[in-house]
Amino acid sequence: MEPEQYPKLYLYRRIVQAKLFIDSHYAERIDLTQIADEACFSRFHFSRLFKSSYGKTPHHYLTKVRMDNAQKLLAQGVPVSGVCFRVGFDSSTSFAALFKKHFGISPSVYQAGQQKKQVRIAANPLHAVPNCFAETYGWKKSNIQ
Amino acid sequence: MITKVTHMCVYVLDQDSAYDFYVNKLGFKVHTDAPMGPGARWLTVTPPEQPELEITLFPVKEGNMFDAETVRTMTGLVKRGIFGAAVFTCQDLMATYEELKGKGVEFKKAPTKEFYGYEALFKDDSGNWFSLSQLDTEK
Repeated sequence: MEPEQYPKLYLYRRIVQAKLFIDSHYAERIDLTQIADEACFSRFHFSRLFKSSYGKTPHHYLTKVRMDNAQKLLAQGVPVSGVCFRVGFDSSTSFAALFKKHFGISPSVYQAGQQKKQVRIAANPLHAVPNCFAETYGWKKSNIQ
Repeated sequence: MITKVTHMCVYVLDQDSAYDFYVNKLGFKVHTDAPMGPGARWLTVTPPEQPELEITLFPVKEGNMFDAETVRTMTGLVKRGIFGAAVFTCQDLMATYEELKGKGVEFKKAPTKEFYGYEALFKDDSGNWFSLSQLDTEK
């Protein structure tokens, strides 16, 4: 499968282009038609090829990217209402419901857990490191805090 | 009975640059990024769909573990691509190859048919190389 000889290379490039479009425009109101247009495919054909390459339909992939970015923002302390709009949702209710469906906990519970983790690490960074590494590198409580 | 791998260590030449490579190019997630005293930082990332495996991006620099001579030797070995660090898998190697190449990832070997599927080899920003495979069972 030398890339130069691969007969469907142009198809791959268009699918990758569509995936990168989702990666960089997830915060906007994009839909499948727009994404398929970006890759110059019909909706059905595009959805099938995308799923074959990424194991998810474009819609599911877009949701995953939005959820992953929501996690990052929540961990950074951005309020839940702000996160909702920054990852492409219009309604905080539908965002919270989808987040819970995706991760099994609500955005606010996730955020509280992340904040607790950050406080714990700030108070004692060694708790984040397996002892074998800490000892090997000479990290002791006395020289970290 | 050993059950799982939870941590593995990749020696990198620059943690900031490695962060950019693993997070922004490979799409890995940051698990822990904690300062460990003057000049030291515990930085671990996880593959996007394997949150339980932390890859420690550990810098090759003088300190408790490395003296100056060891740093010189290790730096040379990492840069020369002596260390093969892991085998990653993906759903579709050609799509992943095209995407990573577009992001500037250097490949030592383009996707090639192997008896178990397809394989390519890429290097990280330090010089460590990784296998990227698509197993026949993946598609």
